[in-house]
Order: sequence, then structure tokens, then C-alpha cells
Amino acid sequence: MAYSNEDLATMDSIIKRYPRSRSAIMPLLHFVQSRVGFVNGEGIELIAKLLTLEAAEVSAVATFYTQYKRSPVGEYHVGVCTNTLCAVMGGDAIFAGLKEHLGLENDGVTADGKVSLEHIECNAACDYAPVVMANWEFYDNQTVQSAKDLVDSMQSGNPKPPTRGANTLVTWKEASAVLAGINDGKAHEGVQAGGPTLLGLKISKEGK
Amino acid sequence: MRQLVPVLSAHWDEKDSFTIEAYTRHGGYKAAQKALAMDPDAVIQLVKDSGLRGRGGAGFPTGMKWGFIPQGDNKAHYLVVNADESEPGTCKDMPLLMANPHVLIEGCIIACHAIRAKYAFIYIRGEVTHIVRRVNQAIEDAYKAGHLGNGVEIVLHVGAGAYICGEETALLDSLEGFRGQPRLRPPFPAIAGLYAMPTVVNNVESIASVPAIILNGAQWYQSMGTEKSKGTTLYSLSGHVKNPGQFEAPLGITLRELLELAGGIRDGHRLKFWTPGGSSTPIFTDAHLDIPLDYEGVAAAGSMLGTKALQIFDETTSIVRAVLRWTEFYKHESCGKCTPCREGTWWLVQILRDLDAGVGTEEDLNKLLDICDNIAGRSFCALADGAVAPIISSLQYFRQEYLDQLANKGPLFDPMDSTLFASSKAGA
Repeated sequence: MAYSNEDLATMDSIIKRYPRSRSAIMPLLHFVQSRVGFVNGEGIELIAKLLTLEAAEVSAVATFYTQYKRSPVGEYHVGVCTNTLCAVMGGDAIFAGLKEHLGLENDGVTADGKVSLEHIECNAACDYAPVVMANWEFYDNQTVQSAKDLVDSMQSGNPKPPTRGANTLVTWKEASAVLAGINDGKAHEGVQAGGPTLLGLKISKEGK
Repeated sequence: MRQLVPVLSAHWDEKDSFTIEAYTRHGGYKAAQKALAMDPDAVIQLVKDSGLRGRGGAGFPTGMKWGFIPQGDNKAHYLVVNADESEPGTCKDMPLLMANPHVLIEGCIIACHAIRAKYAFIYIRGEVTHIVRRVNQAIEDAYKAGHLGNGVEIVLHVGAGAYICGEETALLDSLEGFRGQPRLRPPFPAIAGLYAMPTVVNNVESIASVPAIILNGAQWYQSMGTEKSKGTTLYSLSGHVKNPGQFEAPLGITLRELLELAGGIRDGHRLKFWTPGGSSTPIFTDAHLDIPLDYEGVAAAGSMLGTKALQIFDETTSIVRAVLRWTEFYKHESCGKCTPCREGTWWLVQILRDLDAGVGTEEDLNKLLDICDNIAGRSFCALADGAVAPIISSLQYFRQEYLDQLANKGPLFDPMDSTLFASSKAGA
């Protein structure tokens, strides 16, 4: 794809955030994903050119981190936590249920390109276990059925909103732009905290 | 029973708690104003006197870490905040940043003043879209309000899914634009950190604790906690408790006390094992309910306070399955730099998969321990040390269950029994 002048200006501003340009590799890779949906060879070449590096140096970084995808994922990328705590609390059953429901294996994408599925590691929301992420937004306290309903809503083009996140679920590319450090103006949306986050505070205010 | 003392979490229940308006309403950025009027060394001394220790796991005294930065060296100094929260079970920094990102920014301003740094980098894990939004917006608003840009710049750096980048030197390599692999120490980051310059790396909760210390004084902070573990901290309860969540309390509270606050173990079940501070800290059992959860108390009982991530498992949980899953995690997250960790975690998984399926002999348990012995302490970083913790501790407390599983030639537990939806069958 061709990057617009605006894209190139954005990439330049990302590089200027840092005292040393090489530090911009990771946000630039997120930015490429926001435009292409994954990290392709062209994106790697472009980043290498912008940072005066070899493509192999950029590629070495891109292949180290699991969030950089080397092939297209779905418009909605679903991650089911199957680290011990979530797995025990139901994450294994949810992951198995989604695989069967979508007819996918780990890292698979539905034929309509809407949903991709991945089992993920601990996502720092253990008090909301079992947790499902979609485009890295939190879907707390899931069941097999609620997770199936969630992917159904994605395939019908009207995804359910996150539990603790923006008012609507943004696409994979839009989320990637946020991870590149681009403000999408949605920071004020959604709750400031969920119930478990506030539990200790609530108890202390009740004077127990 | 000891009381909960919300300091970090005091205003999280206000709907706009994450905005600069809410933060300022509660005295936000007054601590920075106060600190900036102080001599930097006096700020370091105050934090030293408070007794604040690192909340990311190791518990190193924060003020002392700041004091290690050489002064008058004509080099750029850097503050790097470790917001790469990904230790299994750990879930305190992300809700903190979702509810109140400004307290971290104010802490950064104060810390930068103390260590004479012009740049602070916040390295946040990449799998948290909304929290990235909140922190990014907070930084923007702090610039607009003039709190940033007058001597301190903050750069938000978003990771991309690598647990190892929570290790401070791997984090620095990642921030420099390389694969996130740990460095050999010495030199320590205080001497040669980011871009080989003197660098302080602190956990989110450590830095977020600083503004209240500056405002209320070292004595106030000292008055909470235990002899060598001062202040309040976030304890995160998850798993088979009736009401999981965040509990901010003075250091030294016990799991028995916390469980009472969380409504106890879910109905009809009993505690089997738990982690005091994430999966890298050796597990405890129901024999450890009264251990004070401070740095010394947990260490004396053979584990580590770590991140205070209390993952609770009841009697429906298979210890072999739990340990296998953690081991698979370490294998997946091993960066591959050091052979003992890269190869060792792989072999540990092979053996544990067999044991989980009821395949193997008692000799395999000894082989597990032998491999653990050969990878712990033999790598650049502590990932392998973390990997062996659940294995060694589970064999210490539950060796018989491993043997029973072998005798049974298969799993002893139905995984459905341990799920959240086991009783209602709502998820079936």
C-alpha cells in the first residue's frame, strides 16, 4: 500500500518523541499494523529506511513480539487468557468453546475476515477472571456462552462493547493506532473502574 | 482485624477519577509543586526516610535506588517506569492507571526532579488499549496544564506482548528498539541504563506512592506497615474467593484477614494453595494463612512478597495442571538468550505434560527437580528462577498428588469443577 503524506508525517512525529530514533521501532510497527493490519515486508522496509537501519534489524524486532502479526488477523482479534488462573476459572472451556463455535484453531481467522482467535497469557485482570480480550479491550468475567455471543456480535457487524473500555469496540487497525500512541479521543469513555477494583475501597468506606 | 487504608485507591470510586479535573480536585500536583521547591537531595532523603520499597516484586528501597544515580556527571539521566505488568496473577498497576493515571505522572515529575532527569519513559504493556488511551490523554492534559514541558518530558512507550520486558534490563533494550533481552549486570542501570546513561527503573505503584509521601511526610508513611515494610500497598485477590478484587492495606496484613474481606473461599470449598506474589513466587498452602504479607514475613516462610498477587485455588484445582500451565507460560516467554532457560523450560514442559496425562514414573519428579537445579540462577535474569518456583514448591507440598496422578494414569480432577460457572452450569 502507499503511505499518504499524512501517514509519513505521523511516522516522523513518532520518531521525534525519542532522544534516539531507533527507539521508535515499536510504535512504528504498531503504526504499520494500523494501516495494513499486520506487519508486512513493505512496512519493515519503510521503517528501516526512516530509521537508517537494515531491514533485518527491524525484522528481528518485529518477530520477537507476539503482538506484531506477520499475516492478517480478523477485524476483531479475540484473545482468551489460558494462563493458570483464568484457565482454571474457565478460560480453557471458553477457548475450546470458541474454537469449536468458529471452526478455528489457535491463530485462525474466520473466512469472512471478521474474527481471529488466539490464546493469550496473563492480561493483568485476574480479579475479573476468566478474561477475554478483543483488540486488547477487556471483556471481564466471561462464560462459554457470553464469549460465543461476543464473537457472534462481531460477525454480525455490531460487536458488543467492552466491559472496561471504550463505548464501542474499535477495529484491530484502529486499536493498533492507539498502541502507536495516537490519541483517538476515547479516553474519557467507559468506566473508571470495575467492581472488583473498587471492592477494598468500598469495604473501607463502610467501616468494616 | 487490620483496617484497609486506601491511599492510592482513595478516589477511584468517583466516575471521573481518571481526569485531571478530578485529580486536581483532590490536591493533585500539589506534591510536585512542593517537591520542585525542595533540593533534589532532600527529596531523595525524604523518600529514603519514608521506607518506601519497590512494589514491582523485588522490594528494593526506592530512595536508595534514586541515590545511586551519580550526580554532577554531565550525563543525561533517565527515569523509566515499568508498567509492563504481566507477571501471572498481577493485576494492580493496570486498574491503577485506568482509574488514576495522573498520580503516576505527578510521581514521575517528582522522581525526575530528585534524580535530575529531563525525560521519563512509561513502558506500558501493549495488550491494554483503553489504559494506553487513559495514560496518553493524561500526559496530554498534564502538558496543557503546564505540569509537563517545563523541564520534564514524559514519553509513553507501548510494548508488544513480551513478558520478559518486565525485567528491567530487557525493558531497556526493548525501549532502545531492540529485541527485549536481559543484559548482564553489572553495570546496573543506575550507571549504564537507557542509552548507557544513568537510569532509574521503578514500578508504577512505587512511583505512584511518591506524591502522597511528599505531601504527608516520611513519618506518616513510616507509621503504616511493619518494621521493615512501610506504607500501604495494593493486594490483589483472584481465583476461588467469593469476592475477588483490590485491597489496599498497610503491609503485613495476612491472607486470613484478606480472605475475610473477600468473603472467604467460594461456598462449599476450601483453600488448597495460593501464590503470595504472582506465579514466580513459591506457592503457599492453608498452613500459611497467618504469615504477615510483608517482604520479610513472606521471605521467612520460603517465598517472596513479589507483586502481592494473591491467586487463590481451592480443592477442585489440580496442582499438576496449574503448574504445567505456568511452566508452559515460562517456556513461551523465555527470550532464548540463555541456554539453560531456553532449553530447560522446554524440557520441564515435556515432563509436566506427561505427568498431567498420568504418564511417567516417580523418577520423573526427581528429573524435574534436577532440571530446576540446573536452570535456576544460571541465566542473565530471573525468568528461570521464576519458572522453577511453582515446580519446586508444588513438589514440596503436593508430591503425593503427583504420585496419585501417576497411579491413576490420568487426571484426578474434572476441570469443569474449578470453573467460575461450575455451580450454575451457565457456561456449559
